[in-house]
Amino acid sequence: MKNAIVKLLLILLTLGFIAWANQTLDSYTLSILNNIGIFAILALSYNLINGVTGQFSLEPNGFVAIGAYFAALFLIPSSDKIDMFALVDPAPIILQMQASFLPAILIGGIAATLIALLLSFPVFRVRGDYLAIVTLGFGFIIRIFALNSPAYTNGAMGLNDIPEVANFMWIGTIALITLIVMLHIVYSKYGRAMKAVRDDEDAATAMGINTFRIKTVAFMTSAFFEGIGGGLLASFLTTITPDQFSFLLTFQLLIIIVLGGLGSMTGALLATILVMGSMEWLRFLDDDMVIFGMHTGAHPGMRMVVFAILLIVMMLFARKGLFGDREIHEIIRDKFKKKGKV
Amino acid sequence: MSNPLLEIRNVTMKFGGVTAIDNLSFKVPSDAIYGLIGPNGAGKTTIFNIITGNYQPTEGTVVFDGEDITGTKPHKVVAKGIARTFQNIRLFKSMSVLQNILIGFHDQIPYTYLEAVLRLPRYHGYERRIRAEAIGILEEFGIADYAENNATALSYGNQRKVEIARALATKPKLLLLDEPAAGMNPSETEDLSNIIHKIKKDYDLTILLIEHDMKFVNAMCDTVTVLDYGEKIFEGPPAEAIVNEKVVAAYLGDFTHA
Repeated sequence: MKNAIVKLLLILLTLGFIAWANQTLDSYTLSILNNIGIFAILALSYNLINGVTGQFSLEPNGFVAIGAYFAALFLIPSSDKIDMFALVDPAPIILQMQASFLPAILIGGIAATLIALLLSFPVFRVRGDYLAIVTLGFGFIIRIFALNSPAYTNGAMGLNDIPEVANFMWIGTIALITLIVMLHIVYSKYGRAMKAVRDDEDAATAMGINTFRIKTVAFMTSAFFEGIGGGLLASFLTTITPDQFSFLLTFQLLIIIVLGGLGSMTGALLATILVMGSMEWLRFLDDDMVIFGMHTGAHPGMRMVVFAILLIVMMLFARKGLFGDREIHEIIRDKFKKKGKV
Repeated sequence: MSNPLLEIRNVTMKFGGVTAIDNLSFKVPSDAIYGLIGPNGAGKTTIFNIITGNYQPTEGTVVFDGEDITGTKPHKVVAKGIARTFQNIRLFKSMSVLQNILIGFHDQIPYTYLEAVLRLPRYHGYERRIRAEAIGILEEFGIADYAENNATALSYGNQRKVEIARALATKPKLLLLDEPAAGMNPSETEDLSNIIHKIKKDYDLTILLIEHDMKFVNAMCDTVTVLDYGEKIFEGPPAEAIVNEKVVAAYLGDFTHA
């Protein structure tokens, strides 16, 4: 009961912050917050398959691309599409795709989920390194498909003039929902089974767990929220091209969840804020600085070097990430928990 | 004698050119503690893997509770009422003792994915119920104090208990124990045999166990089957097994022809 009240208070507080920020903050700060929100959605969902279930999958860029393209195609008014598709005329079905914001975003998520279901049959026949290679290939296929199907995706030119509906109200709220859903999954029989699969797949089977099904459920859930995140990204940026969804996107998410601690949802959230935030906050390093009266000159990319060094230091001193595989409230509660003396 | 709970019928298992099990048959009567012994590499664990569905036998059938379960998927075998422990303890190492036990209840929790995500009443009801039940099992083993400890932080003997407790949580009729006393000192072994007798009675179990410790086998088992190179060389009471010529020869070598 006490937990439920604390939870409700935290949710209301966060919603209050989102509404306040959306009203009062300037557009630069809001764009940073939006970026953090979208990456939080992606990192949280990627953490479910990679951290909690322990399947070293490198798929998120593929699902984000699917979500982004589906949402964008449904959001752009059909009259604009004919002008936009400069290479070839859009396929008839593309002109028929039309929906308002929330349905468009959900369609992106559902499309990603269905493709995840199809993909899970070949993907979960293999484990470990092989799984990584198969899912890496999937990301490449999606990107190459987007590049080479101008009638559907406008090829390398990408889609632009996507209606900018996604504000911090949308993005923040969906990020909060993602966090709650993920935590609810983790603390259910499904989350326990996912962790069991990660710790020892054969022992999990010996406990009566259908490991293939559990992995598929985790994969589809990840895909759904990655698709949603993709849709929000499309609407937030208003323009998407295939190159945005390269492996670098997956790599960035991987850095975030490893930093947060594989398997820790609250860790992933904190790491998103740190990584996405410091990308912005370290921007001053790129500019000309004056140290002891000497001008250093502008070095674009300097912040990436510093960022990399910070990451290395982090990994040296906190090898299991910020929170290990546990949630922040577990770590706090653990201090007071009664344990037997071994 | 009552109907056998488990029957192995003419099972042969070949790995490439190697015959690991050669036309083996035996019956485990319900309510028995049945031993499977034999030197290293005799095929004991292979039999376990066949029963649990991890291996599909080359020939022969496995009948459990009157039903042919040959080739059933491993997770479905558990649902039919067969649980196992592993030769080298395999606990879920990132989890607490309690969570390890909760995994065993996986199949008995009916709430759906959506109910879990939305935290509907059934979620709370079942989570509370299995938690209480899991604590009950831990109390039976005398390790309830360690419920919140990380499973791998426990002593070897207690980790063994957690593994058996976890298997019990799946509500089995038949419990397969792969070398439960391995690596234990005499007092731990005695403790373990008391617990096995106790849970057998309390949970109405039939037990099939693999063991090398003959003193333990002698104290525990009603009947043993002795395997050597995948063949059955003896079946009967353990006291007779240790004086049987063939069994002694299998373990120590055949001195008569040396």
